[in-house]
Amino acid sequence: MITLDHVERDFVVGDEVVHALDQVTLEFAAGDYASVMGPSGSGKSTLLNVLGLLDRPNSGSYRLQGTETTGLPEERRAALRRSHIGFVFQAFHLVPRLTAADNIALPMMLAGVAPGERDARVAEVLASLGLEDRAQHRPDQLSGGQRQRVAIGRAIVMKPSLLLADEPTGNLDQHAGNDVIALIESLNAGGITLVVVTHDKAVGRRAPRHIRMVDGRIDKDSPHAHA
Amino acid sequence: MRTPDLLRFASQSLAGARNRTLLMLLAMSIGVASVVVLTALGEGARRYVVNEFASLGTHLLIMLPGRSETTGGAPPLFGETPRDLTLGDALALLRERSIARVAPLTAGNAPVSYGSREREVTVIGATDEFFPIRHLTIGSGRALPDIDPERAVNVAVLGSGLRRELFGNRRALGEWVRINDRRFRVIGVISEGGESLGQNLDDMIVIPVASAQSLFDTPSLFRVLIEARSGPDIERARRAAREIIRQRHDGEDDVTIIAQDALLSTFDNILRALTYTVGGIAAISLAVAGILIMNVMLVAVSQRVAEIGLMKALGAPERQVLWVFLVEAIMLAAAGAALGIVIAGAGILGLRQLLPAFPLAAPLWAPLAAVAVAVATGLLFGVLPARRAARLDPVRALTGR
Repeated sequence: MITLDHVERDFVVGDEVVHALDQVTLEFAAGDYASVMGPSGSGKSTLLNVLGLLDRPNSGSYRLQGTETTGLPEERRAALRRSHIGFVFQAFHLVPRLTAADNIALPMMLAGVAPGERDARVAEVLASLGLEDRAQHRPDQLSGGQRQRVAIGRAIVMKPSLLLADEPTGNLDQHAGNDVIALIESLNAGGITLVVVTHDKAVGRRAPRHIRMVDGRIDKDSPHAHA
Repeated sequence: MRTPDLLRFASQSLAGARNRTLLMLLAMSIGVASVVVLTALGEGARRYVVNEFASLGTHLLIMLPGRSETTGGAPPLFGETPRDLTLGDALALLRERSIARVAPLTAGNAPVSYGSREREVTVIGATDEFFPIRHLTIGSGRALPDIDPERAVNVAVLGSGLRRELFGNRRALGEWVRINDRRFRVIGVISEGGESLGQNLDDMIVIPVASAQSLFDTPSLFRVLIEARSGPDIERARRAAREIIRQRHDGEDDVTIIAQDALLSTFDNILRALTYTVGGIAAISLAVAGILIMNVMLVAVSQRVAEIGLMKALGAPERQVLWVFLVEAIMLAAAGAALGIVIAGAGILGLRQLLPAFPLAAPLWAPLAAVAVAVATGLLFGVLPARRAARLDPVRALTGR
């Protein structure tokens, strides 16, 4: 479903070229659950951004559900992002002036989904998150765990096939963090492909597949996927 | 993104930054209000002058003896002076169908006295037609009688100011006043407030034209007022009048005819241009408001970097992000313009209370143009911030780098 083939992503820092991704070759099957770990600056976030079509590799190939994405114009990449990919961020990135329901509805609003359909879908998602009674609360009226659950709701409302989580528990206490991980794992059980970038070993270990990165390279991928 | 969603999203983000939005609305509304109020003042001045001219009489032509322009050709061998304009000339004009009324006038200064009081005033020799042509109304008594203009009758109609000065609180009708050495019976008084183009008609006395000619001992007329039957008839009346006089003056074209409407339209054009100029100057404040909008939107973009990154991560293409910010700028401008029109309306009402005689009114195009300019300004100055937002790199935007 997802293949990265010799993907290279370089940044120029000062007069030094940093290989954030150095000839990365990876494959994810539909329904995979992988954690990506590694020291700071090892390229974990860059990998996630490339997978999420937010960043474009300098060279190599990235195929998402059979589509070669590297050469696509920005407009098409945005469309793929909208329909196939959900993001969960460490900092939640909720829009502060919108209610929980409106934050969840945001991707559908941007996509031009009709209001009736939107409301039905938002109600469905809120129910699955156990946040029905928080629908009209704004982010500053929610706890950290509730905020991240709203953000997850926003990530899955368009029914993406790939969920990318960047330190999803980084801003949460242990208890709320466990709830959030349990939630995204239940989504994975429902068939969504899940890639979690984390520093937290406890979180990382829960994934059946562990990818370890060092200096932009895949240091370890176990159990090794059929590459 | 659906249009109602776009509008709601933009208005929510404007409401989210209340102080910024209010300041912007203030700047924009002051700009729009000043355009509307200043053009209303200009338009008021124009209407004031137009009304003044209208009170002088509409469809009016004024004929004066003598040519105001020279033509080429051999110099006259014998000293040629323009012929007098006579009462006969004036009455001959009535043959022309496009001419409704003719008022021959003579004028001169003479002492007018009643008892021991004496005033040096303008004496106008006229016919009964003079009053309707000049839109003068009679306050008491009656106007000059409808008699053969060649007949001298010793009756007079007083201006109200002159009546007050000569008679005070006493009754003037039926009394005899003296002009030079002749006695005239007062048969009417003109209503107060007869002023046109600065010439005060309150301080004059009107007597039959033949009496004035004999009083001043001249067969010549000072002016002939000609009223055309309708607006389109003016040009025909002018040509016909010139032709009739030429025939009566042995082929000499020796009168000047001024069209009231031509004078009026000149003033009209000048004042209209003035209105545009004043409106244009006020429009500068709209441009200033536009630059403010640009600044505020730039600040908004930098404060909402993470949100822009998020929108992109959620699949919003550049064009959509651009529109979100552009619509915000346009909404700000449009709301400011609407507020400005309300302020201008209140201002015009207030000025009307202060200056009741001044016909203050904003021409219809002024608020429309002001709103159009305001929205265009919002669009123009919103483009730069919106493009900056649209081109943000989502990765950097989301990490706050």
